[in-house]
Amino acid sequence: MGTYFVRRLLTAIPTLLAISFVIFAILDLAPGDPTGTLPPQIKMEVREQIRKALGLDEPFHVRYLLWLKQFFINEPLNIIEQVFNVQIGDSSNRLRVTSWSSRGKPVVDLIVERTPQTLWVVGFAYLLSVLIAIPLGVVGAVRQNSIFDQISTVMAVIGYSVPTFFTGLLAIVIFSVHLKWFPSVYNTTLKVTDWASFVAQIKQMIMPVAVLAFFQTAALSRYTRSSVLDNLKQDYVRTAYAKGFREHYVVIRHVLRNSLIPVVTLVALGIPQIFAGAIITEQIFRVNGLGSLLIIAIQSFDIPVVQTTTFIFAVLIVAFNLIADIVYGILDPRITYS
Amino acid sequence: MSVQSGTAPAANIELTRELKKPHRTLWGDAWVQFRRNRLAMFGLIILVLLVLGILLGPIFYRVDPEHIDITQSNLGLTAEHPFGTDDLGRDTLARNLYGGRISLAVGVVAMLIAIFFGTTIGLLSGFFPALDNPLMRFTDMMLALPQLPLLLVIIMLFRDVLRSAFGPEVGIFMLIVFVIGILGWMPTARVVRGSVLSVKKKEFVEAAVNIGVGQSAILRRHILPNVLSPIIVSATLSVASAILTESALSFLGLGFPPDVPTWGRLLFDGKDFLTFTPWVVIWPGLFISLTILSINFMGDGLRDALDPRMRG
Amino acid sequence: MEIRKLKPLGYLALLVMALLVLAACAPQPAAPAQEAAPAEEAAPAEEAAPAEEAAPSGRGVGDTLTILYWQAASIANPYLSGGTKDIDAAAIVLEPLASFDENGEMVPRLVEEIPTIENGGVSEDLMTITWKLKEGILWSDGTPLTADDVVFTYEYCTNEETGCGSLTQFNSIASVEAVDAQTVKITFENPKPYPYEAFVGATAPILQKAQFENCVGAAAQTCTEQNLKPIGTGPYKVVDFKVNDVVVYEPNENYREPDKPYFSQVVFKGGGDAAAAARAVLETGEADYAWNLQVEPQILASMEAAGLGQVVTAFATHVERLMINKTNPDPALGEDRSVGVYVTDPDYCPEGFEGYCNVNNHPFLTDAKVVKALSMAIDRNVIAEQLYGAAGKAVCNVLPAPPRYASPNNDDCLVQDIDGANALLDEIGAVDSDGDGIREYNGVPLKILYQTSTNSVRQKTQALIKQWWEQIGVSTELRNIDAAVFFGGDPNSPDTYGKFYADVEMYTNGATGVDPQIYMSNWLCSEVSGPWNNWLGNNVPRWCNPDYDALFDELSATADLDKRAELTISMNDMLVQDGVMVPLVHRGSVSAYSNSLKGVRMNAWDSEMWNIADWYREE
Repeated sequence: MGTYFVRRLLTAIPTLLAISFVIFAILDLAPGDPTGTLPPQIKMEVREQIRKALGLDEPFHVRYLLWLKQFFINEPLNIIEQVFNVQIGDSSNRLRVTSWSSRGKPVVDLIVERTPQTLWVVGFAYLLSVLIAIPLGVVGAVRQNSIFDQISTVMAVIGYSVPTFFTGLLAIVIFSVHLKWFPSVYNTTLKVTDWASFVAQIKQMIMPVAVLAFFQTAALSRYTRSSVLDNLKQDYVRTAYAKGFREHYVVIRHVLRNSLIPVVTLVALGIPQIFAGAIITEQIFRVNGLGSLLIIAIQSFDIPVVQTTTFIFAVLIVAFNLIADIVYGILDPRITYS
Repeated sequence: MSVQSGTAPAANIELTRELKKPHRTLWGDAWVQFRRNRLAMFGLIILVLLVLGILLGPIFYRVDPEHIDITQSNLGLTAEHPFGTDDLGRDTLARNLYGGRISLAVGVVAMLIAIFFGTTIGLLSGFFPALDNPLMRFTDMMLALPQLPLLLVIIMLFRDVLRSAFGPEVGIFMLIVFVIGILGWMPTARVVRGSVLSVKKKEFVEAAVNIGVGQSAILRRHILPNVLSPIIVSATLSVASAILTESALSFLGLGFPPDVPTWGRLLFDGKDFLTFTPWVVIWPGLFISLTILSINFMGDGLRDALDPRMRG
Repeated sequence: MEIRKLKPLGYLALLVMALLVLAACAPQPAAPAQEAAPAEEAAPAEEAAPAEEAAPSGRGVGDTLTILYWQAASIANPYLSGGTKDIDAAAIVLEPLASFDENGEMVPRLVEEIPTIENGGVSEDLMTITWKLKEGILWSDGTPLTADDVVFTYEYCTNEETGCGSLTQFNSIASVEAVDAQTVKITFENPKPYPYEAFVGATAPILQKAQFENCVGAAAQTCTEQNLKPIGTGPYKVVDFKVNDVVVYEPNENYREPDKPYFSQVVFKGGGDAAAAARAVLETGEADYAWNLQVEPQILASMEAAGLGQVVTAFATHVERLMINKTNPDPALGEDRSVGVYVTDPDYCPEGFEGYCNVNNHPFLTDAKVVKALSMAIDRNVIAEQLYGAAGKAVCNVLPAPPRYASPNNDDCLVQDIDGANALLDEIGAVDSDGDGIREYNGVPLKILYQTSTNSVRQKTQALIKQWWEQIGVSTELRNIDAAVFFGGDPNSPDTYGKFYADVEMYTNGATGVDPQIYMSNWLCSEVSGPWNNWLGNNVPRWCNPDYDALFDELSATADLDKRAELTISMNDMLVQDGVMVPLVHRGSVSAYSNSLKGVRMNAWDSEMWNIADWYREE
């Protein structure tokens, strides 16, 4: 197990380097440039100067190596400095990965600034959908073809097949415009300090969380249901029933344990998606989290932001793949890693 | 064609099949099984109706989806415009029929691309041990690429190039379909590889190898037919996800140009009219939902029908 | 088995139920929508007036002012960004020497008065302008504003490495010097009849020298703290700037007017889309102000009917127009298509264009009457009302504003006249002689290739105009090109607006500020677009009229504003009546604000935030 883990960790490094290169190369092919969003009356020479000021006139490999250095050496050093409050070398002259459209704001700071709202909304929605989807899927499978199963199936498919921009708008029209229960604009400057601000936070989270959870629950509950169904048909279940165990006992002690193993890995594999944000939902409710950071950066050709955030997602995906494998190994004693 | 085929010499297979015409085939069994599944049949019927309507509808309903008539704007259901009209008096039914062609075409073509790559890589990787490791590492790397950001970036980057080369509609169609397909083949490849690995160890394959059947023939005649069921299941599901992805792209302004109505585009353009002229939103929304609903039910039904363990 | 049989029906029933839920909540607000339409025209003008008198009771006594921009601000330094969102976010903090009010008239901000020849601020030879700063103005950090700051701002922007977006406003300036602590003198390289570009308007405000001293040149791009939180003289100061999300402001305690500004906090929030921003102000009342509401007209009207706020529009000089190609774009001509100069006087050929004059004229669009007929067939009001709503009005002039420059001579185009257009074409002999429904002009069928950029409103306009032109026997082929390519100026692309490989093309253009001189220079003979200037010339119709050039020369030497207006109107009329362009829609910007917000004076000539110091709340 230990050597397996180390080996996986070591193979992850070339994979990640390859990914970072692929992303950088794709972005480098971009025909657009950050001056493209400037108004047309700005002259070509001015645009050329802006490009030069951003370091765009350097050749490809220089920019790529510079980014690697900034990302893998300078940024971690900065984090260490901030966390431990120490000074390592000449930190004020250390080049950081900075955003173009804000003219010099470090990308890592942007990500840190936007993580809270993404975690609150997307993370909470994910948690909620896991908590709802698993019982829904289990009951649906155990009571296959019951009214409950049918309703939950239809709800799941509707949740999966209606785009979130539509459900989000519907929620705003009903709950913000007509009933005036919840705000339609998410306030990212709100700090939870007392009961009133906590209530405000909950109120502004309800709609985006519900819309997202509706969508995510759908897929997850279907998956849980089919996983439980698979297990219900296994011989060991028949044996358990034959031994006279109650359904309750069989389902909880035997079926659940076995059928939730793939579900747990699926849940782990989905966690990086939280950090990718929910681009559409974030935009509808103006949550302005990591998803909107990315889409705005793409639209304004803010290459350092796109490169860095995309790469961080890739790191998370690789990391959670590894975690999922390990969790699988712990939960399922039949799996041995060699 | 399946299990029994490996036991007889290759030359005789055709013969025996010719003689016993009405024998039970995998597909015959599956169809019997599929028909018993009411949900799947429901999905199939709805889907067939939708496809027929979209393909044949414009032949009978000859209204130009782009014709603007301000005097006929925001109409509800009328005899002339059965689905009503939008804010510029364009006919909602005609636009939905036209949009459906594009949306379904996006779904199907993207699925074909994903399935082609997924099946090829899965087969090669499962069948040739030498290729297994590099191909699976490649698959892992592709899986680790963040899908949505990459999708957006690629479309953003190559949109203009393809548009000028192939025109706005064809160019963006090729791009969207290709990108959705090329970022969606990995699950299929994994599933196919797994199935190939297990089928490869079956006696009939070993028998075929022993009597000297060539590798490509084994792959084509013995392995591929036996891994069709996971391929078909993932095919149905990727049609649905391609249609959904297209609508999300429309929302982000990276989909088809504004004068090309697709279901996703219609839903997006109409969303602000939800409280004003709801029919311009409800129809494309309903069509997207029905399509995905029916495809999912069919996929479930097929999975059950093609899985011999599920047969009672 | 029994349950199974019910299944499909059960699903259908559920779907129907879901639909009913959708439908039930939908139609309710639709009813009042019709009545709402007239409200928006009346509202803005009346609201503007009481702003001055009604005294808000003191600095920072109000609550939070929430402003929604669906594009979020990324920087608060207008020199490093051209985006309106950024310029507006900065305009709350930074101030220029003078601003433009809602009528396009200059109002002093940091100076006592606007310099003119009469008060001696502008020299007689039009070579210098001298601005006198108001006494006692403090930056928000408490230090005094001096002429050095103004000089520094000039140096900051004109440094080549800064990448300053407002560089054109500092064009042809020889020097900027501080005469004394309160006096700035700008000397021009050559006589400048309109000297009010540098330091005027929200795109060229004064930066604090002390703060930006180390941010000149290449360092400008890395001065994050300065660019996000500039120290200003304006009513508010930035306390928190979350890039591409939200900017939070608090009152500037050193602001020169002691009982302003009113609000204790301003939140400048970005994200979402225009319709959602409109909804938040007009329907849910969560926000006080929403910017640039490019929303379908009916939707905006139905939202406004909710009664929580109002929609305001302001018009600058932007006009959506058809450009008429005076040269022949026939693809059969190969490289020579659309290359040439159409000169109205056959004996004249401008210098440098020898061999190009009148060699490749368009077979029928050089006839102003054909263009006139095309123009008469268009119902501009339908385009404006149905497609642009509050954001557009029908227009017949190339330069429709400010009021003193607007020609009164072309307004007959406002009424569609299909019969008149048909009669006009009959009169000049362009009749359908072969019975295919398309008229011929000297044997050439009136077939038009009509191109524009890809944009849903433009494609709808194209479809409408095509239908109208069909009614006068003109056949039209429509084409749309991605905006990045169409406006991109790549000399190798055949699809740019400058190449103009079409008979007619449509886009918006307008003067950048109040003064129209630069804008009117677009149609000089020397500006004709072609291979000689890499198709970057502004005279896209390839029309050359020596009389127009003569009028322009006179304009360039005239400082008197009334005389300038007179000349401009003659030039405008020449452009319209010669069939060089067919103006369609005067495009404005649309915003909305809540009923409780007072003092808003919507402005298209400057930042919409230009008078935010005067905004207050009254329930």
